[in-house]
Amino acid sequence: MEMWSGRGIRTRGPEVLVAGRRGLMLAVGGYTGAVVLLVLSVVSILLVPVGVGIVTTPWVLTGVRAFADRRRIVAAEWCGIRIPSTYRSLPTGTPPWTRCFRMLGDPATWRDLGWLVVDMTAGFVTALLPAALLFYPLEGFALAAGLWRVFTDGTHVGWWYGFVPVSGQGTALLAGALGAALLVASYALSPALLRVHFLLTRAVLAPGDGELAERVRVLTETRRTAVDTSAAELRRIERDLHDGAQARLVAMGMDLRTVDVLIEKDPAKARQLLAQARRSSAEALTELRDLVRGIHPPVLAERGLGDAVRALALRLPLVSEVDVDMDGRADAPVESAAYFAVSEVLTNAVKHSGAERLWVDLQHRDGTLRITVTDDGEGGARVGAGSGLTGVERRLGTFDGVLAVSSPAGGPTMVTMEIPCALS
Amino acid sequence: MRVVLAEDLFLLRDGLVRMLEAYDFEIAAAVESGPELARALAELAPDVAVVDVRLPPSHTDEGLQCALQARRERPGLPVLVLSQHVEQLYARELLADGTGGVGYLLKDRVFDAEQFIDAVRRVAAGGTAMDPQVIQQLLARRSHTAQPLGRLTPRELEVLELMAQGRSNAAIAAQLVVTERAIAKHTSNIFTKLGLEVSDDDNRRVLAVLAYLDHGSH
Repeated sequence: MEMWSGRGIRTRGPEVLVAGRRGLMLAVGGYTGAVVLLVLSVVSILLVPVGVGIVTTPWVLTGVRAFADRRRIVAAEWCGIRIPSTYRSLPTGTPPWTRCFRMLGDPATWRDLGWLVVDMTAGFVTALLPAALLFYPLEGFALAAGLWRVFTDGTHVGWWYGFVPVSGQGTALLAGALGAALLVASYALSPALLRVHFLLTRAVLAPGDGELAERVRVLTETRRTAVDTSAAELRRIERDLHDGAQARLVAMGMDLRTVDVLIEKDPAKARQLLAQARRSSAEALTELRDLVRGIHPPVLAERGLGDAVRALALRLPLVSEVDVDMDGRADAPVESAAYFAVSEVLTNAVKHSGAERLWVDLQHRDGTLRITVTDDGEGGARVGAGSGLTGVERRLGTFDGVLAVSSPAGGPTMVTMEIPCALS
Repeated sequence: MRVVLAEDLFLLRDGLVRMLEAYDFEIAAAVESGPELARALAELAPDVAVVDVRLPPSHTDEGLQCALQARRERPGLPVLVLSQHVEQLYARELLADGTGGVGYLLKDRVFDAEQFIDAVRRVAAGGTAMDPQVIQQLLARRSHTAQPLGRLTPRELEVLELMAQGRSNAAIAAQLVVTERAIAKHTSNIFTKLGLEVSDDDNRRVLAVLAYLDHGSH
């Protein structure tokens, strides 16, 4: 283990101090946070049947997640211990009761609550120990140095230092010796103890095997869908090229060959064929252009998702507003999936909603790209068999993205998509 | 007339050079990348630049960015942008500074050499040349939603479309096979119906049309 690697006291000393300080912060902050959040969670969940809890629970549980996520970050930063976060993502805009029950149905939520209990007991002790080992010896030294006089006149035991009853200078020196021993122990153990705290955290917070198996199942499924979709896409492209641009170019070649023959015999006919060849080439170009747009839209390649969606909205026969709040670009496959998802949703809105206005909002926050498309149409859109939105959902699934639709009869319709991704 | 040409595909660049030379343009430089284009525009002060949107090294919209940058440094520098695809987004960016002397055409338009050369000359003279595809998209979208366009007659819409591409009254008259006076009458009707001030400046009326079409879409 790293702590035994025999590095000099100069690097080891600060490390112990840091471990002590961090332990103290963890113990105090962690204990307070865990107690408060656990109480709030329990009360809130108990209030669910009354109704109040439906509103407060998602709110409190979000706080618990933030608290746990903070600990995950600290674990990775301080000790290099990575604790996977496996919350099921929830699009914003879902009504509170759906949020509430989906959060309560997430095994990660119950792991969080269990962890709060562990964190305020065993976690508290393992966090406090490095600090205690570092700071408690100071009291021993102070006692030995004369502080004992405050507690006793030397005739009775006036103070306990650890297991040493301090009753005079002699026992005070003993306390000092114990302090020194503790300090040596802290020198050897503090960083390791802090590590133990995070290992404990990981043991409670990290998902078990059952959930990993579930995750693997989902991944396998989305991968199969992705492969099927891309194979179908390739077949479509091949067919379009074959029947379209390729055929036109062949026809053009034949026309030109005929022109070659006719140019002297029948100039008028030759000119007519030339015009036809030019038309064929223009049509071939148009087809190729449409095909390219269907594979990878040029604006997307040139400018990224924000401007590509703006360009898309400009082509719609509706008045639209596009707000983009992302600095940087996502990976090409994510950009592409998001673009086609938006495109499909917009097409749906134009075709079926009867809307006059559209709002598209793209933002990237906390590692998630969130896109909302809102229209002022009649509503009634839903994800289900045969609807275009199911295809969108599948498309996003490949990237662990989710789709939520809120579309009461009478409108308005709001489609929210979230894809976890990083920007570069 | 001196032209700076930027196009990364050799075959197309070669073809454009030959076509422009055939119509008595002088090729000041024919370059194949963004940095070269920026240098040529700064040093050679051409009468007009013909620029491909997508250029190396980035192969994104480098040509367009170069053109916009050069126009920021020398307002009104005539630039005709060619592209494999046309987007309103890019057309707006080109028109945004309101100084005229811009064109934005689909590469296919070079098939019709005369129309293409006409566009180059128009841009060099400070006019505009917008691709019919851009204008059609704008009109299709507007006629769905904007009330005033609904009041135009089909003939007036036709005239508006050509006007928005950057054609002069004479050119529109020739294309629609009517007299120039008939077109003048149509345009003044269009301006009245759209509530725009009449102006005989070619370039300003296109900007006015586009500004009107732009209205309410942000």
